[in-house]
Amino acid sequence: MSTSRDVVLGRIRNGLQRTDMEETLAVRRVGHTLASAEPNLVPARGSGDLEERIATFTGMARAVLTDVRRIAAWHELPALVGQYLREHNLPQKLVMAPDEALDRAGWDSQPLLRIRRDTAADADTTGVTLAEAGVAETGTLCLASSDRRPTLLAFFPETSIVVLPAADVVASYEEALERYSARHDAPPRSINFVTGPSRTGDIGQKLELGAHGPRRLLVVLIDEA
Amino acid sequence: MQPSSLAFKDRARAAMADPQLQHSLDLLKHGWQAGRTRAAAALPEFEALRDEGRNIKDHVLGHLDLYLEAFEARVVEAGGHVHWARDAAEARRITLDICRDVGARSVTKSKSMIAEEIGLNEFLEVNGIDRVETDLGEYIIQLANEPPSHIIGPAIHKTIAEISELFQKNHGGERITEPAALVAEARRVMRQRYLDADVGITGANFLVAETGSIVTVTNEGNAELTHGLPRTHIAIASIEKIVPRLLDAFTLLRLLARSATGQDFSAYTTLLTGPKRPDDRDGPENFHVVLVDNGRSAMLGTALQEMLRCIRCGACMNHCPVYLATGGHAYGWVYPGPMGSVLTPGFIGIEKAHLLPNASTFCGKCEEVCPVRIPLPKLMRHWREVQFDQKLTPTTARWGLGLWAAMARRPALYRFATGTAIRLLGLWAGRRGAFARLPLAGGWTGGRDLPAPQGRTFMAQWTRRKNR
Repeated sequence: MSTSRDVVLGRIRNGLQRTDMEETLAVRRVGHTLASAEPNLVPARGSGDLEERIATFTGMARAVLTDVRRIAAWHELPALVGQYLREHNLPQKLVMAPDEALDRAGWDSQPLLRIRRDTAADADTTGVTLAEAGVAETGTLCLASSDRRPTLLAFFPETSIVVLPAADVVASYEEALERYSARHDAPPRSINFVTGPSRTGDIGQKLELGAHGPRRLLVVLIDEA
Repeated sequence: MQPSSLAFKDRARAAMADPQLQHSLDLLKHGWQAGRTRAAAALPEFEALRDEGRNIKDHVLGHLDLYLEAFEARVVEAGGHVHWARDAAEARRITLDICRDVGARSVTKSKSMIAEEIGLNEFLEVNGIDRVETDLGEYIIQLANEPPSHIIGPAIHKTIAEISELFQKNHGGERITEPAALVAEARRVMRQRYLDADVGITGANFLVAETGSIVTVTNEGNAELTHGLPRTHIAIASIEKIVPRLLDAFTLLRLLARSATGQDFSAYTTLLTGPKRPDDRDGPENFHVVLVDNGRSAMLGTALQEMLRCIRCGACMNHCPVYLATGGHAYGWVYPGPMGSVLTPGFIGIEKAHLLPNASTFCGKCEEVCPVRIPLPKLMRHWREVQFDQKLTPTTARWGLGLWAAMARRPALYRFATGTAIRLLGLWAGRRGAFARLPLAGGWTGGRDLPAPQGRTFMAQWTRRKNR
């Protein structure tokens, strides 16, 4: 008895009707395509030097209602976060990625902030994580999952704060993935491209934020390397 | 879902007399239709990206078996499972078996057109699986027990007042009428469902052969909570969703949101590769992909192969004068609008759907906006030919077409007949300029006047000018 796999593949081959010679060529062509890193057309919009890319990223991100703030040094981060939570009348409480890169901010400077280092759970109101890169083309964040950067931090809490080293603002999605590959050996389980807070138009075709994912998205660009 | 496409005419008539539906369809013109125009104009490379998108899909379809095999190998390497389904029944059975294997009682599901196509929702229900739709639009129509009326906005036909009533009936409490409050209410109700779910079911916008990844696209973030919280994730995808490389997925992603809603990029685009890694703090332990054929392989090598390029953006319906007059429910099955008029006859049989390829003015707008340049009018014409060959066309229409064809093959007779008809109609009209009623043409004059012919036929005028 043939399996469903054989049946489906057989039907496809039957439809395509490749000759033996075409078959050989097709196998070679597919192998070549899969091994090829040749880029497709990438829109020019995101390109430029770092400052231009940051300007494009910021403009694009704000256009989709992402809050973007830029600071010079890591040690300014805790005060900015505390200030942001106060501005929005949110509890001084964070669930933060257990990534040592965030430790250098020196969170003790904000003694009122209660911080838990894990993935997000139901009671968490604000999640903080790090982006792998920012994509200027559309003001998009690229987040990659790992043991230190759980995915749900940017999805489950109502407020999402994402830290993005300014030097990691790249032109395109493709460059964001290149950056990831240069830093890691294997692809992560999950890569999230995030362009603004969660939104829906399902109620009377009116734009509303915070459908399931975050209602607010703050990106903190940090210049210090 | 039981097809009812043969009721198109009655449903279209009812839809056009429904002021609330007409209001919703009007919003679509100002919203997604206008959005697509703006987004396309704002990206100088847009037309070139459409060419690339079409070429990528054509290349994939010509090598579909090989890319599916490569995809399967990568998924397995990453620790996932691939299941193959010949048809809808097998796809439903596979999905239910996975749910039962893990002892699932509660399931979250993010919007998936292939799940609608295979009738998964009712099937899970009758088999005792408690399912909740997480896309807000899909949740609304689940509460209303209705099929989607648009492939990306399943509840666009529902007014705020109707949604408000549905929520109060199902959630209790006070009547809420503000959209923001309704969204907040849905969010509150859905939270616990996400946490309780044993299995999350999603579709996939793309499958990537190079890496064995699946790609999901949403604006709400519901897909991420659907596949990120439960222990088991099942992604259901039809076989033509595959692309060779991640780079190719990005080309199509650049087209998808712009064509669909006019956004440059949807809020959430996620690439998933395999289950949770040993050290990960979240993510599903089991990762399944169900590859569904259900009639697609039969389209390969036929006139309909080009339809398999479709990336399900909905631009063709957002721009279709027929869809914008009738809404999606008139089409009577899962896929409405021009793409549905081509797909539905292939999936449920032309004898059950032959009105749909005729529900077109052939204005060509669908082809003009299709991100992967599917010649939708040509494919609808293909179905009209099949319909004629199978004698599904009404006798009077066949007789009329036969008569016209006989005349068209005899130029002298044709010119004589049209010349005479025009003179007679012109005389009959006198100085009226138009006919309000005309025997044998009630279908036309019932809705509008028929302008009276003036002067002579085009051929006669042409000959006279040439001789001048």
